[in-house]
Amino acid sequence: MVDSTFVELSRWQFAATALYHFLFVPLTLGLSWLLVIMETVYVMTGKEIYKDMTKFWGKLFGINFALGVTTGLTMEFEFGTNWSYYSHYVGDVFGAPLAIEGLMAFFLESTFIGLFFLGWDRLSKRKHLAVTFFTAIGSNLSALWILIANGWMQNPVGSVFSPETMRMEMTSFAEVFLNPVAQVKFVHTVAAGYVTASVFVMGISAWYILKGRDLAFARRSFAVAVGFGLASSLSVIVLGDESGYTLGDVQKVKLAAIEGEWHTEKPPAAFTLFGFPSQTGHATADAVKIPAVLGLIATRSIDEPVTGLADLEREHLARIESGRIAYAAMTKIRAGDTSPETRKTFDAHVKDLGFGLLLKQFVEDPANATPEQIKAAAASTIPTVWPLFWAFRVMVGLGFLMLFTFAAGFWFNATKSLERKRWFLWLTVLMIPAPWLASEAGWFVAEFGRQPWAIGEVLPTFLATSSLTSGDLIFSLTGFLAFYTLLLVIELFLMFKFARLGPSSLGTGRYHFEADAKTAAAVV
Amino acid sequence: MLDYETLKFVWWIFVGLLLMGFAITDGMDMGVGTLLPFVARKDVERRIAINSVGPHWDGNQVWFITAGGAIFAAWPAVYAAAFSGFYMAMLLVLFALFFRPVGFDYRSKIENPTWRNAWDWGLFAGGTIPALIFGVAFGNLLQGVPFHLDELLRAHYQGSLLTALLPLLNPFALLAGVISLAMLAAHGGVWLQLRASGAVADRARKAVLLLSPLVTVAFALAGIWLWLGIDGYRIVKEAAHSAASNPLAKEVVRAPGAWLDIYTKQPLAMIVPALGLAGPLLTMLLAAVRRPGLAFVTSAVGMIGIIGTAGLSMFPFIMPSSIDPKSSLTIWDAASSQLTMTVMFWAVVIFLPIVLGYTVWCYANMWGRVTADEIEARAHSAY
Repeated sequence: MVDSTFVELSRWQFAATALYHFLFVPLTLGLSWLLVIMETVYVMTGKEIYKDMTKFWGKLFGINFALGVTTGLTMEFEFGTNWSYYSHYVGDVFGAPLAIEGLMAFFLESTFIGLFFLGWDRLSKRKHLAVTFFTAIGSNLSALWILIANGWMQNPVGSVFSPETMRMEMTSFAEVFLNPVAQVKFVHTVAAGYVTASVFVMGISAWYILKGRDLAFARRSFAVAVGFGLASSLSVIVLGDESGYTLGDVQKVKLAAIEGEWHTEKPPAAFTLFGFPSQTGHATADAVKIPAVLGLIATRSIDEPVTGLADLEREHLARIESGRIAYAAMTKIRAGDTSPETRKTFDAHVKDLGFGLLLKQFVEDPANATPEQIKAAAASTIPTVWPLFWAFRVMVGLGFLMLFTFAAGFWFNATKSLERKRWFLWLTVLMIPAPWLASEAGWFVAEFGRQPWAIGEVLPTFLATSSLTSGDLIFSLTGFLAFYTLLLVIELFLMFKFARLGPSSLGTGRYHFEADAKTAAAVV
Repeated sequence: MLDYETLKFVWWIFVGLLLMGFAITDGMDMGVGTLLPFVARKDVERRIAINSVGPHWDGNQVWFITAGGAIFAAWPAVYAAAFSGFYMAMLLVLFALFFRPVGFDYRSKIENPTWRNAWDWGLFAGGTIPALIFGVAFGNLLQGVPFHLDELLRAHYQGSLLTALLPLLNPFALLAGVISLAMLAAHGGVWLQLRASGAVADRARKAVLLLSPLVTVAFALAGIWLWLGIDGYRIVKEAAHSAASNPLAKEVVRAPGAWLDIYTKQPLAMIVPALGLAGPLLTMLLAAVRRPGLAFVTSAVGMIGIIGTAGLSMFPFIMPSSIDPKSSLTIWDAASSQLTMTVMFWAVVIFLPIVLGYTVWCYANMWGRVTADEIEARAHSAY
C-alpha cells in the first residue's frame, strides 16, 4: 500500500537537512551568550581587549550563523514540501509554535544581528550591548518554540482528533506550551548549545596558548568559556537525567529501546552500561549492568517497573485492535453518520486511532487487515534498538568527557597552572568536535527513537509524507546534499582560516601577526 | 473570543499583510541583489550596494519565513497542498535563497576578485530567482492548480518533476513573474538611489526609470488578460462560513471573468488595482526628479496594490483546483480551528507592533548614505 522506498527517501532527506542545520544551531545558541558576557565586561570595565574578544569571536559566530540561516530556511518549508499530510493532519497544533517562533524569535535575532556586525561605529557602547543581548535572546527563544513543536511530536498533549476536519486540533495552548517533554528538551538542548560554544572557545584559545601567541586574549577567552561551560555541562547532564524521567512517563518505547530492555524486570530495573542488543533474539548480549539505576532514573522509585519492549509490543497489539474500531467509526462519521452510538464508539477508541492507521502500511482499510498484518503492525512499533542504544551511549559518554574537561580546565585556570599543562591544552583542542558529535547523536536518539511515529502514537511516519515520487526525492536529496556539503566546505575553510589568524584578523594592529608585517602578509 | 467567521477573515488580512511586509522589506534587498551586477561594477561599488542593505536583509527575510509559518498555523491545508504541489518551484526558491546568507557574510571576508565575483552572482540569483518564481506562483494560483483532495483530505497532484515544473511556466504565469521581478527590482533601485552614493545611486535611478513603467504596463496587461482570457472560480454552494473546515463540502464552478466579480459587487475595491497601476508611475516620476524617499513610499504603495489585487480578485479562494474545483481551498474551509486562530491572532496583535518598533529603531540607527570612504575605513568589518 505504501511505497517504502519513497518513505525512506523522505525520511533520509529530513534527517540530512535537519542534521546539517543542527551542526550550526548549538554554536549559535551558546556563543551568543558568550558574546554578551564578553561585551558586558567591556562596557563595565572599558577594557579594549574585551571589545576585541567580542568582535573576534563574533566574526566566527557570523561565519557559523550564515549557514544556520541558510539551512534553517529549508526547515521552515520542509513540512509542507515533503510532509504534506503531516502538515494537514497536525498543522492546527504544530503550526502555531512555528509561526510564533518567527514572530517572537527570528525577527528579534535577525533584525539585531546585522547591527551586531555593522553597528560598532554607529551605536553607543550600551546600545550595542543591547543589540548583542537581543540577538542572544532571539536565538534562544527560537529554540524554545521549535522544541515546543518538537516536544508535541514526541508527546502530543493539549489536542484532540476531529473526524469532521480529519485532523488533530488544539484544545489547550497552555498544555502544548507547558508540555513537560518540551520544557525539559528546551533546557537540555540550549544547555548543550552552551557547552558547544564553551568547548569551541576553549579549544581555540588553548591552541593560541600552545602556540604562545596573543596570550592575554586567549587566557581571558578561556576563562570566560570554562566557567560558562562548567555550569552548562552540569545542567545538560541533570536535564538529560530529567529527560529520562519524563520518557519513563510518556515515551516508554524510546526509553526501553535506549536501554535495550526487552523484558520487564523486577523493580528497580538495572541500567545496562554496555552490551550488544539483538532485535531478533529480543535480548542484549554480554550486558554489563548496574543494579537499580534505570528504575531510579525512569520512575524515581524502587518499586515501579520499567516496561520492557516485548511487553510494550503486546500492549500495542490490543491498541491496534481498538484503533481499527476507531477507524471504522471515523469512516462512518465522515460519511454522514450522526448517530450518538457511532460517536460514542469513536470517542471510546479515538486514543488508539493512530494504532489503527499503522495498518494502512499493509491495507487501504484497516477493517480488512489479517491477523498476520496486525502482528506485523505491532512489531513495527518497536524501533531498531542497536542504533539507539549506541547513539545514546556516545552522547552520554562524550557529555561526561566534556564535564571532566571543564572541571579540570576550571581548576587549572583557578590555580594559574593552565599554561604548564600542555597535555591538557592539547586535549582541549582535540575536544572541539565532541559537542557536535554529542548533539547529532542526541538528535538521532530523540527522533529515531520516535519511530515509527511522526507524531507519537497519533500519526505513523509512512502516512505523513507528500504525494511525491521516489524520483522527486532522489533529485532533491542529491541537490541538498551537494549544495549543503559545498557550503559546509566553504564554511570550514573560512572558520579554520580566521581561527588560525586569530584576533589579528580585526585589523587593530595590536595582535600577533600584525606586529610582524612579514608573517601577516604570509597569512592574509 | 472573536467569532470564527471574523477570525477567518482577519487571517486573510494578516497573511496579506505579511506578504506585503515581505515585499516592502525583503523585496527591497532582493531587488538590490538583482540590480547588483548592473548598477555596481567596481568592487567598492558592489560593497556600497551590498552594505546599503547589509545590516537589514536578514531581519527582512524573516517576513518570508514568518509568512510561511503563519500559513502553516492559519491555513494548514494550504501549507500542505501548496508547497508540496509546487515542489520543484519551491526547491528552486530555496536553493536560490541559500546564496544570500553566505553571500552577504562571506563575500568580503576574502580579498580575491574571483571569490567576490562568484558571491555577487550568488546574491543576484538569490534576489532574482525567488522574485520571478513568487510571481509565477501567483500566476498559477489565478489559473488554478492541478490537485485534488481524497476522502482523507490528502492532496494529490498531476505530474511530478519537470513535468510539473514546465506547465507552471505558461505565458500568463511568466507575465506575473515579470511583474513581480520588475517591481522588486525597481523597489531595490529606489532604495539604492536613497541609500547608496555616487555612480551606484545614479545607475539605480536609471534602472527605476526603466523598470517602474514596465511594472505598470505588465500589470495592466495581466488585468486585461485575466478579464478576457482566464477563467475564474466561483462558489455556487457552500457550508456556513463559521463551520468546521472541510474543503469538500462546497461546490465550485469555473467561469470566465469570475475573478472580476468582486469589483462589480464592491466598486470601492477598484481602489486596490488603481494603486497598483499608479504607484509605479509615481515612483518613476519621483525617481526622475530625485526624490527617492517619496519614491520608496509610492513604490511600497504600488506593491501593496498589486499584491492586494491578486488576493482580492481570488477572494475567498486561496488555492483553486483546476482538475477538481471542489477541492479548491478557500479562507473559509482551509482555516485552522477557532482556538488556534484566536491564539495566533493575539500573537500577531502583540508581537507585530513590537517587531515594527525595533525594526524602525534599527533602520534609524543605521541611516545615511553608504560611501566609498566609509567602506575603505571599515574594510575589515563591512560586508
